[in-house]
Amino acid sequence: MSTATMALSSTQIQRSPAHTATIYLKEAKYEFLKYLRLRMYTVSVLSFPIMFYVLFGLVLNSNQSIGATRVAAYLIPTYGTFGVIAASLFGTAAGLASDRGLGWLEVKRASPMPPFAYFAAKIATSLVFSTIIVLALFTLGIAFGGVRMPVASFARLLGILAAGSLPFSAMGLALGYFTGPNSAPPTINLIYLPMSFCSGLWIPIMFLPKVVQKIALVLPPYHLSQLALGVVGAGTHESAIAHWEALAAFTMICLGIARIGFQRDQEKMYG
Amino acid sequence: MIATLEKTGSVQPASAVPIVASLEGVNKNYGEVRALKGVNFRVRAGEVVALLGPNGAGKTTAVKLLLGLLQPNAGKVRVLGGDPTNPENRMRTGAMLQVGRVPETLRVREHIDLFSSYYQNPMPAAAVLSAAGLENLSERKFGDLSGGQRQRVLFALAICGNPDLLFLDEPTVGLDVEARRMLWDQIRQLVGRGKTVLLTTHYLQEADALADRVAVINKGEIIAEGSPAEIKAQTAGKRIRCVTSLPMDVLRGIPGVTEVKEDREAFELHTPQAEPVLRELLARDASLSGLEVSAAGLEEAFLALTQDSSKNGNH
Repeated sequence: MSTATMALSSTQIQRSPAHTATIYLKEAKYEFLKYLRLRMYTVSVLSFPIMFYVLFGLVLNSNQSIGATRVAAYLIPTYGTFGVIAASLFGTAAGLASDRGLGWLEVKRASPMPPFAYFAAKIATSLVFSTIIVLALFTLGIAFGGVRMPVASFARLLGILAAGSLPFSAMGLALGYFTGPNSAPPTINLIYLPMSFCSGLWIPIMFLPKVVQKIALVLPPYHLSQLALGVVGAGTHESAIAHWEALAAFTMICLGIARIGFQRDQEKMYG
Repeated sequence: MIATLEKTGSVQPASAVPIVASLEGVNKNYGEVRALKGVNFRVRAGEVVALLGPNGAGKTTAVKLLLGLLQPNAGKVRVLGGDPTNPENRMRTGAMLQVGRVPETLRVREHIDLFSSYYQNPMPAAAVLSAAGLENLSERKFGDLSGGQRQRVLFALAICGNPDLLFLDEPTVGLDVEARRMLWDQIRQLVGRGKTVLLTTHYLQEADALADRVAVINKGEIIAEGSPAEIKAQTAGKRIRCVTSLPMDVLRGIPGVTEVKEDREAFELHTPQAEPVLRELLARDASLSGLEVSAAGLEEAFLALTQDSSKNGNH
């Protein structure tokens, strides 16, 4: 732990706070632009949750309800969670694995870039794309699904889902340190697609087999989606605190793993 | 610029010029592989030094050590009087590394804008674009650039912070002749502004075109060091090609012949001086035919130098 702190503190450069802020902002701006222009990212990350929502929430089941909640309202938290996870994982894990494996991160490390600007940019970009997805679902739900809620509820739902991009960005960093440029995307899919299914993001959790419902309790997307579903009156009965605690614990574990990877890279011997 | 032969240890005026980067007795291993073996190497302020060697010789390892991206297993690495991982040093150094993939959806101008923001006193963007010959490409996305243009962007990122010391790792690898010459011109302009440059290359021609001093590295060891002229003198020679009935060992025995190769129906001989060898050949074999004499290419000569050292193992 103490060597870690030393390694990090030795990477400080005397800069004015304004200069440092400029670097962080530019790093985040260009990270965002990089992904916004990357069709593979925008298509798979932005369009899938939106497409699923339109199909299952607006076209097919628009007049039905799950419990007391209309399908169009119920599916915003679940597909929102699904979108947030994809945006956060692909942006961080795939980008980091590629930058590490193909030398770009070395070019950045050889420059006086503050190391955390790089990670902060990835997290901020995940946050922005997550917000975009959720806002798109809101707009579609309000315009075509008759979803009506107080503004404060929309704000709370957005806040919860956007905050949910943090644990999954942390997970993305951890994955990015332990996968390669080619293995990162399939690894992400292999983890997040089953995880999303078992957490009830595609098919509401109560319609899943009992054993899957038990598994869901240890899956982070389940906890995020339950917090979000709570806003539309469709959560299960665990306390919100327990969900937040689960997500916080998951975030810490992922950051711990990412830190091990970060330090391993600092000492790493590239072939 | 004064060429110094560090190995001779003689006191020369150049020794008054401060050393800005050095490897002292540096060993670097990758597992079982010994990438650098007791390397001593210095770069003085204002010099352009080429680290010349074939692929896998340890050039990139040396550069990464000097950039603080790797730690040596033994020995000392110093840059600008301090540890290379010292972030203050990174403000004063620029690096062009071999990169597999650069973010392709960002524009040239945007890449430069971001890297410039890291530095305290960066060059104006327009000056960077012109120094790297990218004026007309600033709005292009990196992914839409040719190989030569991509290298020039990486070069721009290395110089945008207006660094005193530049590391260029294989700056022209994979480029065609024209693109290579263009990048040479840009490096020369930079040198004209008093920067210190360490470049690695596997082209002797490139070292000759750009450097004040050349260090030849092979299999993790510096095997020769001197001005480009001195290195060339060590490696210059002629190639004699002929069809002859003389057997291989007789050809090898001719005084002055350094190497004999069988090439289809003919033999190829290497020698520092062609004339005495030719006299000998013609005297011994009246039926000799298909005679050709040519200057050994720089690359071949360099190859001879590195192969020679590994055969003798005298370092």
